[in-house]
Amino acid sequence: MKKRNNWNLIVGYVLTGFIILLMLIDVFCAPYNPDKMNVAERFQAPNIRHLLGTDNFGRDIFSRIISGIKTTFFVAISTVAFGTFFGVIFGGIAGYIGGWIDEIIMRVNDAILAFPGIILALVIVTVLGQGKYQIVLALGIIFVPSFSRITRSEFLQLKDQEFVKSAKVFGANPLRIMFVHILPNTYPALLSAITIGFSNAVLSESSLSFLGFGVKPPEPSLGRMLSEAQGYLFNAPWYAITTGIVIVITVLGFNFISEGIRKVYER
Amino acid sequence: MKYVVRKIITLIITLVFVSGLTFFAFNVVPGDPALVMLGTNASPQKLENLREELGLNQSLVKRYISWSGNFVKGDMGKSIRFSQPVKNLIVSRIPVTFSLALMSLLLIVAISIPLGVYSAKKEGTFIDVIISTTSQISRSIPSFFMGIILILIFGIILQFFSPGKYVDYNQDIVEFFLYLICPSLAIAIPNIATLVKFLRAGVLSEMSKDYVRTAYSKGNKENSVLYNHILKNAIITIITLMGMIISEILAGSLIIEQLFGLPGIGSLLIMSVSTRDFPLIQALVLYIAFIVIFINFLVDILYQIIDPRIRVR
Repeated sequence: MKKRNNWNLIVGYVLTGFIILLMLIDVFCAPYNPDKMNVAERFQAPNIRHLLGTDNFGRDIFSRIISGIKTTFFVAISTVAFGTFFGVIFGGIAGYIGGWIDEIIMRVNDAILAFPGIILALVIVTVLGQGKYQIVLALGIIFVPSFSRITRSEFLQLKDQEFVKSAKVFGANPLRIMFVHILPNTYPALLSAITIGFSNAVLSESSLSFLGFGVKPPEPSLGRMLSEAQGYLFNAPWYAITTGIVIVITVLGFNFISEGIRKVYER
Repeated sequence: MKYVVRKIITLIITLVFVSGLTFFAFNVVPGDPALVMLGTNASPQKLENLREELGLNQSLVKRYISWSGNFVKGDMGKSIRFSQPVKNLIVSRIPVTFSLALMSLLLIVAISIPLGVYSAKKEGTFIDVIISTTSQISRSIPSFFMGIILILIFGIILQFFSPGKYVDYNQDIVEFFLYLICPSLAIAIPNIATLVKFLRAGVLSEMSKDYVRTAYSKGNKENSVLYNHILKNAIITIITLMGMIISEILAGSLIIEQLFGLPGIGSLLIMSVSTRDFPLIQALVLYIAFIVIFINFLVDILYQIIDPRIRVR
C-alpha cells in the first residue's frame, strides 16, 4: 500500500522549524543588539545591512523580532504546560470519579469557558500586576478548562474498558489506574489539544502584549512591537508587516501540526 | 417550561458567582484605595473620611451586599478616574460597541453560510482547497494584525478611509456606520474562517445521510436539496457555536476598539485597567459577564425551539 504524505504535518514542521531556527539565531549570533538605538539609521526599509529594516529608534527589526520569539515561546510553553498539568488532573478526577465532584468541576469549567478569555486575563493582570510569570499564570488558568474538558471526555470513554476492569481486579488503587493505565491512552487527543493550545497561547500572549498588559518592557514581545509599529504605519509599514507575519507563521505552523496529528489518529 | 426555569436559576447563580469573585479579587489587592485616590500627602483625617465614604471600614461581605444591591438598582458606583457615575460612562459607550458587534455578527453570518455550503458542495476541488487554506491562514492571524492589515489596505493604499477620524453617531450616522465597516471586518474575518470550517464539516456529514439520498432519488436538484434540507441543519451548527462566536466578538471588540480608536466599552475597560480604576473595572466586568451569560441563555432557549429533538430531557 502506498504511503501518502501527511501534508499538514510536513508543512507544520517546516513552518515551526523555521521559527525555531530564527530563535536559535538569536541565541547564538544575533546580528544586532535588539535594544541598540542608532537614530542616524532610523526608518530604513529592508536592506542588506538590516534584513528587515529599522524602526523609529534605529533598532534593527530583525534582531528585535527574533528576540521577541524567545519570549513568545517561553510564555506559550509555560502556559500550555500549566494548563495541561492542571487540566489533566481536574478532568481526570471529574471523568473517573464522577458524581458531584464531576458536576462542580464541569460547572466551574463552563463558567470560565463562557467568558471571553481576554477579559479574564485582564482581571487577573489587574490583581497580580504585569510581567512574564503573571501572564503565564493568567493564561494558564484560562487554558485549564479546555484541557480538563478533553481529558474528562476521554476518561469517560475509557473507564469502562476491559483493561481498566482488569487493573481493578488486580487491586490497583484509583490513582494508579487513572494515571498509569488510562492516561497514556488519552495521549492522541491530548497531543492534538496541546498543539492547538500552543497556537492559542501565542495568539493570546501577543494580544495581551498588544494591549499593553503583557510582559514588562524591556522584555521583548512581538505583540508590543506591533502596537508600537501601529503608530508608524505611514513611515515604516515593514515594521508592522514583518512582525505580524512572524506571529502568523508561528501560529500557522502549530495549527498545521495539530491538523496533521489529528489526521494521523483519525484513521 | 421546567427547563427554562432551571436555566434561569443557573443564570442567577453564575452571575452571583462571577460578581462575588470579581469583588473579592479586587478587594484583596494590596494597597489602600483611599491612599491611591488622595495621594500620600493627604492628612490622616482626610484618609479616614474617604474610607468612611467608600465604606472600606465595613466587612467584606457587607460591602459586597451593598455594592451588588446598588448595582441591581442601577447605581454602579463612581469611576475614580473619570469622576463620573459608571452608569453614564457605560450608557454613552454602549451604542458604539453594540453597533460594532451587530455589524460583525451580520458579516459573519452572511459570509460564512454561503461560503461554508459552497465549500462543502465543491469538496475536494481546487476551489475547496483554496477556501480551506485561506480560512486556515485567517484563523492564524491575530485580530489586531488583521486590523492593521485592513488599515494598510483600505486606509493607506486604497485611501477609502482614514483611521482615527472616528465620527460620532450623534453627528453623522451614515459616516459612523461607514467607519465601522473596517473594524467589523477585522473582527469578522477570523470568525468567518472558524465558522466556515465547522459548517463545511457539518454539511459534509449531512450530505452522506440517508434523507439526502432520498431527496436526490426523488429527483430534487442539487441546489434545492442543499438549501432546503441541509441548510436547516447548518443553522443548528451555527446556533451551537453562537455562544462562542459572541464571546469571540466581545473579545475581539476589546482589541479592535483600541486599534481603531472607537470609544466603546472595550476601550473603556482597557483604560480602566491601565489606571487601576477598580470601581469601574468591577462594574464593567460584571456588566460584560451579564451580557455573555444572558446571550448564552438566549442561545440555549433558541436551540430548544429550533430543534424539537433536544426538548425532551
